[in-house]
Amino acid sequence: MSRKAIIRVKDLRAGYGEDIILDRVSFNVYEGEVFVILGGSGCGKSTLLKTIIGLIEPRAGKIAIDGDEVSVDDETTLQKIFRRIGVLYQGAALFGSMTIAENVALPIREYTSLPKESVDVLVKMKLGLVNLEGYENYLPSELSGGMKKRAGLARAMALNPKILFFDEPSAGLDPVTSAELDDLILYLNRSLGTTMVMVTHELQSIFAVAQRIIMLDKRAKGIIAEGNPKYLRDHSQNKFVKQFFNRQTEENGVGGKGSE
Amino acid sequence: MNTPETTGPSRYQIAENPEGGITLHIHGNMDSANAGQMIEELTALLSDYSLSSLTVDLEKVDHLDDFGTLVLVHLRKMVSNGRDGFYVVNSGDKIKELLSILHFDSLNEKISLEKKRSPGVFIRIGEATFRHIADLKYAISFIGSIVISLVHICLHPRSLRSDDTIRYMQRVGVDGLPIVALISFLMGLIMAFMSSVQLQQFGANIYVASLVGLAMTRELGPIMTAIIVAGRSGSAFAAEIGTMKISEEVDALFTMGFNPVMFLVVPKLVAAAIMVPILTLFSDIFAIMGGLLVGVFMLDLTAGAYMAQTIKTLELFDVFWGVLKGGVFGVLITWIGCFRGFQVRGGAASVGEATTSAVVSSIFLIILSDSVFSVILRYWG
Repeated sequence: MSRKAIIRVKDLRAGYGEDIILDRVSFNVYEGEVFVILGGSGCGKSTLLKTIIGLIEPRAGKIAIDGDEVSVDDETTLQKIFRRIGVLYQGAALFGSMTIAENVALPIREYTSLPKESVDVLVKMKLGLVNLEGYENYLPSELSGGMKKRAGLARAMALNPKILFFDEPSAGLDPVTSAELDDLILYLNRSLGTTMVMVTHELQSIFAVAQRIIMLDKRAKGIIAEGNPKYLRDHSQNKFVKQFFNRQTEENGVGGKGSE
Repeated sequence: MNTPETTGPSRYQIAENPEGGITLHIHGNMDSANAGQMIEELTALLSDYSLSSLTVDLEKVDHLDDFGTLVLVHLRKMVSNGRDGFYVVNSGDKIKELLSILHFDSLNEKISLEKKRSPGVFIRIGEATFRHIADLKYAISFIGSIVISLVHICLHPRSLRSDDTIRYMQRVGVDGLPIVALISFLMGLIMAFMSSVQLQQFGANIYVASLVGLAMTRELGPIMTAIIVAGRSGSAFAAEIGTMKISEEVDALFTMGFNPVMFLVVPKLVAAAIMVPILTLFSDIFAIMGGLLVGVFMLDLTAGAYMAQTIKTLELFDVFWGVLKGGVFGVLITWIGCFRGFQVRGGAASVGEATTSAVVSSIFLIILSDSVFSVILRYWG
């Protein structure tokens, strides 16, 4: 692939306290793709995501976003990177004391010189994009889970970031809302060329949106598969990868009969 | 084709149409990086023209996003004929799609995103009244469920969660002892010092001991201890239960068949009812030590004389009365702290409010009940 790598992760090691959760993890995310990080519970997906965006300091290894190296100590570079990324957190992380419109307007007011009326129009457009017209003056506590997620997405993409990170976007959403969110993600990816990095284990979501995935494993402390999800489902030789994509347990998994 | 400049006024070309109105050609990107600047520049540039009709030619625009759309909305607002005089031409398919998704045609610059207007003063007074009545009802039913739980505990002592109770006893009592001791010691010191200035004039130095002993055991010891416990533990109770409420832990307890009051409130209540009196006793002792220090080093009293005077003044009833007050204050602090915790609704801000309110209400209740104690003592004692 001759596309430009927008995120480069090299020999990353991450963990908490004594535990090393990820070791020698290296991969690239290319500009404009929908990239999914997946794996079983506790394999370090969220840790990896938080390390990439500079919330957790890696034990070793290098991470570069759009050419700038992510380092927890380098405030200036981090600020530069934060302007180019948006993050949708698992619980949407909307500020409870502000209305939805104020939540979305916060980064726009801070980082652009737009006149106030224009900010309001822009907020309305952003909320329109995520199908939340008419909810401008609601408080987050007055919205349902799916609406909060969408409002969180509107805030994450307030400044049209180059990369959007999603931590379990479809967790706690019904299939219809979840599919709508997938469509929205695909649409944004297509129309604005935004690179999407997503942590999820929603299979349908993965097959719907992901162009490329990496799969992490707890025991391997790293990547056990990389590539197109449909191809991996049909052709992977790895037992865990097969189990994962075909929703099988250890016992009735392919070739898993002898093991406990 | 001339190469368009990417910034500055030269990225715009203005042509006057023969039938009136003007056409604006824009070059380059219209995105989040330059939308603010473009709005400023175009406002300045077009202010010289009478804009009865404006055609915007997007042929040379490679990339337009929602910020760029904003520029178009702004331009449309500048046209005096409104929508009828504004046209966008030569936009590519991508731009057309984006504009339709953003509902460009119906977007209005005059959007008010102000918060919901607050209602009139009478409505607010009415709402506050209803809220307080509901509060009061809930407070009373809360007392009721605490009483029921306590009766249940008396009948079945084993149903008390003793591990939790001991943990809270440690947190309220043992962990709070250093600060209670320090503040009481300083209070005794200050009181002895202040009173000695007056009493020295009559050569009544020895009565400093009586004053410090009596004032601390009867009034200030329990009150100071209770205020410290309200700040340390009452707030902690409210925050703990409030956070549990938000993260649905209280609901989980309930559906698992536990009584949340029994599970969360009773251990704290028992712990506070036992530990605050003990802390009050410590407070008395440390205050008398503070007074003793001043008596010995500034008033030339012997330690023996000071202590003898203190013991002579204090009756056992005084100490008992102070300790009893301490117990009542402890129960009140726990009750109001837990009550505010259970009232939490919504998000993080609500936990903060509950914590503040727990401390303020506790201190109010401490002072209020202390005056009730004084009245009782006045007419019974």
